[in-house]
Amino acid sequence: MLGYYVDLAVRSLKRSPGLTLLMVLAIGFGVAASMTTYSVFRAVSGDPIPWKSSQLFVPQIDIWGPKGRLDGDNGEPPDAMDYTDAVALMRAHRAKYQSALYRISPSIVPPDPSKHPVSVGGHAVYSEFFAMLDAPFKYGSGWSADSDEQRAAVVVLNSKLNQKLFAGANSVGKTVDIDGKDYRVVGVLDNWNPKPEFYDVVNTGGFTTDQEDVFIPFQRAIDVGMTNDGNTNCSEIPKESGFVGLQKSSCVWIAYMAELDDKAAVAAYKDYLDGYFRDQKQAGRFNWPLNNRLRDLPAWLDSQHVVPSDTKISLVVALGLLVVCLVNTAGLLLAKFLRRSSEIGVRRALGAPRLAIYTQFLIEAGIVGLTGGLLGLFLTWAGVISVGWVLPKEIATLAHVNLSLLVLTLLVAVIATMLAGIYPTFRASRVQPALQLKSN
Amino acid sequence: MQIHPILAALRRHKAGTLLIALQIALTLAIVCNALFIIHQRLAHISEPTGVDEPNLFVIENLWGEQYSTEEAAAKVQQDLATLRQLAGVADATQSNSYPLRGGGWDNFITMKPDQISPTTDSSIYLGDEHFLRTLGVKLIAGRDFHADEVQNMGLRQNFVPPVTIVSKALADKLYPNGDALGKPFYSMSDKPTTIIGIVDRLHRSDVSTWSVPFANESLVWPVRDAQPWGVFYIVRARPGQLDAAMREAPKALYAENRMRMISPKDGVQSFAQIRHLAFESDRGMAVLMSIICLVLLAITGAGIVGLTSFWVGQRRRQIGVRRALGATHRDILHYFLTENLLISLAGIAMGIFLAFGLNLWLVKQFSSQLLPLVYVLGGVVLLILLGQGAVFAPALRASRVSPVEATRPA
Repeated sequence: MLGYYVDLAVRSLKRSPGLTLLMVLAIGFGVAASMTTYSVFRAVSGDPIPWKSSQLFVPQIDIWGPKGRLDGDNGEPPDAMDYTDAVALMRAHRAKYQSALYRISPSIVPPDPSKHPVSVGGHAVYSEFFAMLDAPFKYGSGWSADSDEQRAAVVVLNSKLNQKLFAGANSVGKTVDIDGKDYRVVGVLDNWNPKPEFYDVVNTGGFTTDQEDVFIPFQRAIDVGMTNDGNTNCSEIPKESGFVGLQKSSCVWIAYMAELDDKAAVAAYKDYLDGYFRDQKQAGRFNWPLNNRLRDLPAWLDSQHVVPSDTKISLVVALGLLVVCLVNTAGLLLAKFLRRSSEIGVRRALGAPRLAIYTQFLIEAGIVGLTGGLLGLFLTWAGVISVGWVLPKEIATLAHVNLSLLVLTLLVAVIATMLAGIYPTFRASRVQPALQLKSN
Repeated sequence: MQIHPILAALRRHKAGTLLIALQIALTLAIVCNALFIIHQRLAHISEPTGVDEPNLFVIENLWGEQYSTEEAAAKVQQDLATLRQLAGVADATQSNSYPLRGGGWDNFITMKPDQISPTTDSSIYLGDEHFLRTLGVKLIAGRDFHADEVQNMGLRQNFVPPVTIVSKALADKLYPNGDALGKPFYSMSDKPTTIIGIVDRLHRSDVSTWSVPFANESLVWPVRDAQPWGVFYIVRARPGQLDAAMREAPKALYAENRMRMISPKDGVQSFAQIRHLAFESDRGMAVLMSIICLVLLAITGAGIVGLTSFWVGQRRRQIGVRRALGATHRDILHYFLTENLLISLAGIAMGIFLAFGLNLWLVKQFSSQLLPLVYVLGGVVLLILLGQGAVFAPALRASRVSPVEATRPA
């Protein structure tokens, strides 16, 4: 019977090719617009570390009080830390793993004197950074807590820089000249570039085309005066000059992340953070009420608006387009089905139950959906390929076509069209056979 | 034209009518919001900067060695001398940033040193006595910097220069009566800085939405940027020699001192490239919204054509009867045009609510601006024209139905 209905549907669709084409085009474009914008949304809103994001927390301390805020900030404390508090939190070491970190962009001087120095990007971090974020190593490992203490001249390279400097070979134990000083390579990461760069969204905005090339010990970077590259926000001008002046100031420029494995650990850490604020307040540093935050990674990314609002607006508008296409299809299917009232009347009079009418017309709607979906697949593929034309590079490169997107495209097309077909089918099944037979 | 029979006929097609009206409503809601977004983005993209864009380019020069403040300042002076000697170069200056860079240094500005809530926020440019001339900004009051006013600023050296040149937008914000010249303000310090010059327009270095209330508010301090990491050189080419100057400049700099890094990819950018990059996402959004609008209007238009054609086909016999009873071609044509107009108006009435609803949601979620009425009116006109245009061909076909159809069975 199913084959027969398919045959009937194809005949009916062929009878009015213009209308069929219109429905297929509407579904195709509607689905493709939604799926293309969805692929971008999916790329930027994805959880960068899904197996662990609920255990990673970003503490914020309100070290500026109300005077450090513009009206639109809604009482949000600074989104980064000053040096004093970052180091105090590191010293207290209350979480399972934690790391203060700041963005650096040192120069690497090649041994070959005929070559120009190259500028690289990276972060100064503590030893626990790698274990906390499950950074994958190709060779070697991170450095030890002792190296943190000793401010050792060690470096972890990312694979791209390792490729450039050592032709991709195992470089552990070799030396690299960073800002004129020798650093021993202890590990090489396996092309680790999470997007968004969740451990430091303040300095990267989450999405950036900048590479992460080197990681060196935090206190080592401070000792050699490796300045921060990225945002520095101050509520007042520091009293002293230079990088040391910045470290003594209340300017915020350091990102901080801690791993807290269960609710008890989170509560304990929150208590510690609040206690820290109260102690400092008592010492006369602050004269405003407690206003700390301890957000887990998803909440933190949300509060930092890492997903560009343009991406969300585009998705909403494209979904609106899909709804219009479906309303359009519903209207056309209704007209098409009701025009065949006499045919339905004959079928019903010959004993076809309502269910049979339902099946027949839903199959017809499904075929329109499937054809529209196939067109939509092609258009989505074309759309995702050409998002580079309309979106900034750092976002466009993240969107890609994969099997799940293709399957979803087809499913959305077929299911949506069948939903659009439900009312027209219902109306068709209500056709009174007697009336139809009589009027002819 | 009598409306009553049209309404009576539509009552027999309740669902179809409702679906078209709903489609028109949704289309109106999306199209007016999309048009508004497009307009905002286009306005953003074409924001003037006040600088001589066709002839400017910027070199991002990073040092390959660690320099002290004095060394860095001397190197910058030397580099600028080298750049100014090039045949294609009219003038060159140094700065911490440039308009449309997409980020940079900005400070809260207050009228009193102990003011709690800042008066405004200004973009900060560090410039020497060549800054205004190189950028080609127009000084409308006061004077330019003297060479002996320019101080060196090393890494996080924090002093507030006693004098500044501000943009007109900043001057007007601080002193709305137009008497800003010679007056002081405070910039996160208890030492004042005095306005000695006002330039017509100087765009901020960021292009973000948060700074919209502070648009074009910027100031220049007489400072040579002697940071250990590097500096931006802003170079003004002689007319018509931009490309040549952009090729020559990095070569000349490398020839003078190898220990620097100028990215071969984006270390040297013309202002046209800077502008292109700064508004990439706005342009993309405008293109995307335009595509969606066009597809939407095409589908709604085609949907109206399709459905009306169907109705015409269905009513051939009735049309024949009307024609036999004396209705003219014109009567039939008007019938369908009016029918569409009524449906469109119903859809539009719904659509206006939806349009403002969608806008309110965008305002709430993304702090967009309120939809001006003119976009809704524009959308209404557009949809009425679209509806009438779409219905015209089927209506014309209906008007040609011969009276003899009345005698044929349906």
